[in-house]
Amino acid sequence: MAALARKDLLLELRGRETLPAMLLFVVAMLVAFRFALTGEQSDAAAGLLWVAILFTALLGLGRAFVPEREQGVLDGLVLAPCDRSAIWLGKLLATLAFLVLVELVALPAFALFFEPLSGQTIAAVALANVGICAVGTLLAAMAVAARARELLLPLLFLPLALPIVVGGVGATVAEDAGRYLGFLALYDLVFAILAWATFEYVVVE
Amino acid sequence: MLLLGGGVALALLWAPEDADQGISQRIFYIHVPVALTAYACFGWGAWKALRHLWTRGERYDLESYTAIHMGTIFGLLTLVTGSIWAKISWGVWWSWGERQLVLFLILFLFYSAYFMLRFSVDAGPARANLSAVYALFGVVLIPVSFLAIRLAENFIHPVVFTREGPQMAGSMFATFLVCLAGTLALAGALYSNELTGKRLDERLLELRELLA
Amino acid sequence: MIRARALEKRFGSKRVLRDVELDVERGGFAVVTGPNGSGKTTLLRLCAGLAAPTSGELELGVERGRIGYLGHEALVYRELTALENLDLYGRLYRVPERRERIGMLLERFGLWDARHERAGAFSRGMLQRLALCRTLLHEPDLLLLDEPFNALDADGAALLDRELVELRGERAFLVATHDPARLAPLAPEHVALAGAK
Repeated sequence: MAALARKDLLLELRGRETLPAMLLFVVAMLVAFRFALTGEQSDAAAGLLWVAILFTALLGLGRAFVPEREQGVLDGLVLAPCDRSAIWLGKLLATLAFLVLVELVALPAFALFFEPLSGQTIAAVALANVGICAVGTLLAAMAVAARARELLLPLLFLPLALPIVVGGVGATVAEDAGRYLGFLALYDLVFAILAWATFEYVVVE
Repeated sequence: MLLLGGGVALALLWAPEDADQGISQRIFYIHVPVALTAYACFGWGAWKALRHLWTRGERYDLESYTAIHMGTIFGLLTLVTGSIWAKISWGVWWSWGERQLVLFLILFLFYSAYFMLRFSVDAGPARANLSAVYALFGVVLIPVSFLAIRLAENFIHPVVFTREGPQMAGSMFATFLVCLAGTLALAGALYSNELTGKRLDERLLELRELLA
Repeated sequence: MIRARALEKRFGSKRVLRDVELDVERGGFAVVTGPNGSGKTTLLRLCAGLAAPTSGELELGVERGRIGYLGHEALVYRELTALENLDLYGRLYRVPERRERIGMLLERFGLWDARHERAGAFSRGMLQRLALCRTLLHEPDLLLLDEPFNALDADGAALLDRELVELRGERAFLVATHDPARLAPLAPEHVALAGAK
């Protein structure tokens, strides 16, 4: 599994495609949001932060299984004598690393453009990242098996990501963020277990 | 089966007699049973999906698909009847304060994506697996979304509408039960009807394949 | 090592394999022949565990990690070099003395000089050689080879001929090919797929 995650990072270093695209995308989106918001609407800004994170993650997830699609590498990984779910976990770790790197730029940019971030927001982002990548990696593996894959992934992903938006925005704007953070953690746990258990069926006919 | 389906209509005609709360009460007899039936269909579909992944039985895929098909139809009905109820009760077609409605909107989006998934993968074991996995995600999404909506009410909709009517009278409850049984039976009939049709289609395709 | 009874595989309503009976013993060498679309590849994928049969029995006397599968595609990352690809598979298969083994295989298949090149820049023949290295990397007990001579030039094919003779012994082979004459010196058993219609 460590070998798989390492390979994904190596692939990205080699290709240098996904990460810069995600970075540019999130900054451009934040700038667009700044113009979309008129006056001081801090609650709305908090919501936009979450939309920005979700869509940026979606951009990265759409690329997640592209290297495997070429040359049928996914078959090669499935054949290896390790747990199939390790493929999911390796990919999850790699996408998570990308997302965190992007957020290291995006969150300060948000603070600069809109308003300072609270500790609870950052905690919520960290928790949401796990859920986004856990569900998103599985769905990305599903989408590469389909014909209209670029089209399909957002459709599959967004209904499942709505609870993350609720938890994230709640933790950002509410006084007591505890229950929202707890909800995000619950989401991570439930869907990570489900994705772990079902990934094998996604990659083996 | 069709007789039981007719029972729904009978119950609907009988129901208004008990409705002493005005016109808004009447749609309750359709809305809630339809919603519960939709849940039952989604649950049934997920159960069949689990059976499929467990046993790799081909027939479960079709059964799961048909159940979710029915669930989506009843889910859409729930949205429509709920919207009408909202209009009658408090004058708007849509209220973010109504949990059931919001949940069904999310579920409707989710299961529409399920159909998109099915239509963009070629028929075969891969599609059956993907659909089954997604169906399982759906049935987990239901409680998670419900929780999310409850949490969201605190900030999305400050004016929370509470529905605390008087206790249901015995006769109203009976009507409700008849309606629920009727809707479930209707769903069951539609389900087996649709399933037979789809199986026939499949057999036909196979035969055609053999002859070709 | 492989025992299949009444094996059937369908994709939707399309029946690809029907009533396939197959026995490959340890040390056996079976050649699968048949016209295009008769299910050769599907049979090999079933044996590799990449797909599950629709019905029938399929018993494998070997664990997943002891199978070497050579498919239509090379199953390597285009953006990684030959060396990196093999290193990844070596880790996944926990190959002992990975580096030495990889170096030896690259040498033998004439890829040593190209080891730092991206697999995406390889020609079809070189990719096939790399795929062979990948297949043999973990010294598998069961070899499933789908058109192994594909894209190989005369040198490559002669090399593979020698390799196959050398590899025989305790291993079992299931080879799909449209050119069974090439494998005749290995005295194989034949499994003919007529197509499932």
